[in-house]
Amino acid sequence: MQLDQLYQEIILDHYKHPHGRGLRDADDPGDRVAEAHHVNPTCGDEVTIRVATDGTVLHDISYDGMGCSISQASASVLHELLRGRGTGEAFEVHEAFVELMSGRGQVTPDEDVLGDGVAFAGVARYPARVKCALLPWMAFKDAAARAGVGVSPEVKA
Amino acid sequence: MTSIAIPSGMPQYDDAPRFDVARVRADFPILDREINGHPLVYLDSANTSHKPRQVLDVLGEHYALHNANVSRSVHTLGTEATEAYEGARAKIAAFINAPSADEVVFTKNSTEAINIVAYAFSNASLRPDGDPRFRLGPGDEVVISEMEHHSNIVPWQLLCERTGATLRWFPVTDQGRLDESGLEDLVTERTKIVSLVHMSNILGTVNATSRITARVREVGALLLLDCSQSVPHLPIDVVDLDADYIVFTGHKMCGPTGIGVLWGRGELLAVMPPVFGGGSMIETVTMARSTFAAPPARFEAGTPPIAEAVALGAAVDYLTGIGMRAIQWHEKELTAYALDALGSVPDLRIFGPTVPVGRGGTISFALGDVHPHDVGQVLDSLGVQVRVGHHCAKPVCSRFGVPAMTRASFYLYTTTEEIDALVAGLEQVRKVFD
Repeated sequence: MQLDQLYQEIILDHYKHPHGRGLRDADDPGDRVAEAHHVNPTCGDEVTIRVATDGTVLHDISYDGMGCSISQASASVLHELLRGRGTGEAFEVHEAFVELMSGRGQVTPDEDVLGDGVAFAGVARYPARVKCALLPWMAFKDAAARAGVGVSPEVKA
Repeated sequence: MTSIAIPSGMPQYDDAPRFDVARVRADFPILDREINGHPLVYLDSANTSHKPRQVLDVLGEHYALHNANVSRSVHTLGTEATEAYEGARAKIAAFINAPSADEVVFTKNSTEAINIVAYAFSNASLRPDGDPRFRLGPGDEVVISEMEHHSNIVPWQLLCERTGATLRWFPVTDQGRLDESGLEDLVTERTKIVSLVHMSNILGTVNATSRITARVREVGALLLLDCSQSVPHLPIDVVDLDADYIVFTGHKMCGPTGIGVLWGRGELLAVMPPVFGGGSMIETVTMARSTFAAPPARFEAGTPPIAEAVALGAAVDYLTGIGMRAIQWHEKELTAYALDALGSVPDLRIFGPTVPVGRGGTISFALGDVHPHDVGQVLDSLGVQVRVGHHCAKPVCSRFGVPAMTRASFYLYTTTEEIDALVAGLEQVRKVFD
């Protein structure tokens, strides 16, 4: 297996220059805000995802965490993809990302849906790293549920 | 390196026992493997060791030729299996210089061995006739250290929760040594047991235990040493160590998984209540109550891992054939070489002792701020297998302010060329993440 399939430039770029990093308060005081903190017990990676929403639009997704390049780049991509989206749309993207990561490298990602998330296609070939990529997405799902929005299919990673 | 001439008549470096590493490597079939197009460079023996053909053959032969249950059959196969199983016990007793084979209890691993002792404490605390050394309650204390593997932390936390006793611990110094400065305050008349790692699985530190042992004796407590990382790598003599219990696991010493050892002083095992109930551990059973067999059977309920125990006996024969002093010396030389080589890598920080004294061949480090997962992944692409993460010793990671570490660990089959491959791989990591 080629290492550059895993460490695509896009991933390394998000890791070195994360987008929207840092936990933020909601701009709109009427928003519901909730967060979830997830850890990967096998390696100690952690991420906190905070969602601010009025119930139909995800006004902000802010995050903080520490961990490997895959988990931290994944949080940056998640922020970029889902921030400002309608909840229904956001969960379609969520589902597509989970499907990609659970596909053992057999799923061809749709760039129109996943944007920079397509760079994680190579990660799906490394079972030990799939959980790293999914960590922020699972935390997002919990945070969104706590903010009263959305359900997404269960992950079998 | 400068060399200093040792006066004649004194022990010379050439007097150290040695063995032919190439010949040893030929005994390990897995070392012929390629990983991602590169020769396997296995630097994860602290996690689990590889198994020589001599052990694999015994494991296969046992099932092929001598398979039967132990301790309950009068037929020939049953007798052969029992003799092989008890023979392995005797070999392991000799390997650690135990005064009697009956002091060797077979367990699943070190974790189970520690849990047996911890549960013996709470079981004794529930019985009015429990031996006072094992009775534990509020006001009593259990002492561990910040350097422990989770397997020597969690069982004691759970024991303290069950009994109301208090858990205390030795801190770790910046150099990765056990901080014994508070010994007198930490180990007191309130202490019932001190349970310490002999060699750290993450820092590589080999703890000098004699001061602690003396204090433990002074206050009348018991001492357990987690020798999971030391029995495979150093000559261990339980009489010399003067501990009350030691635990170790087979798979780290060229044996199979699923077999470990609890060694305990005979007189202590004799008064310890059983932990698991079932077949083989009884003296007599009525519908109302049971009485129990003498150790070691008292602690070996149910059909044990027979073939695994027999193969562990073969592993002990293998290690003894090479010589534990020679293995220790080989790893000392490797450690000195690796500490030097890793010291030449820019931005590399070693956690634990940076001199090859009072430490074994397990070296954890950070490479700049590259996450260990990423370090391990790039190394794997070059065939270099290291462990990354918290190494089941999260308090050690917290102590040094990192969420995870990268660890290279050596064994009798490790070569200096493999350490060179690690150092070259780390350069590659720096290139990817620069």
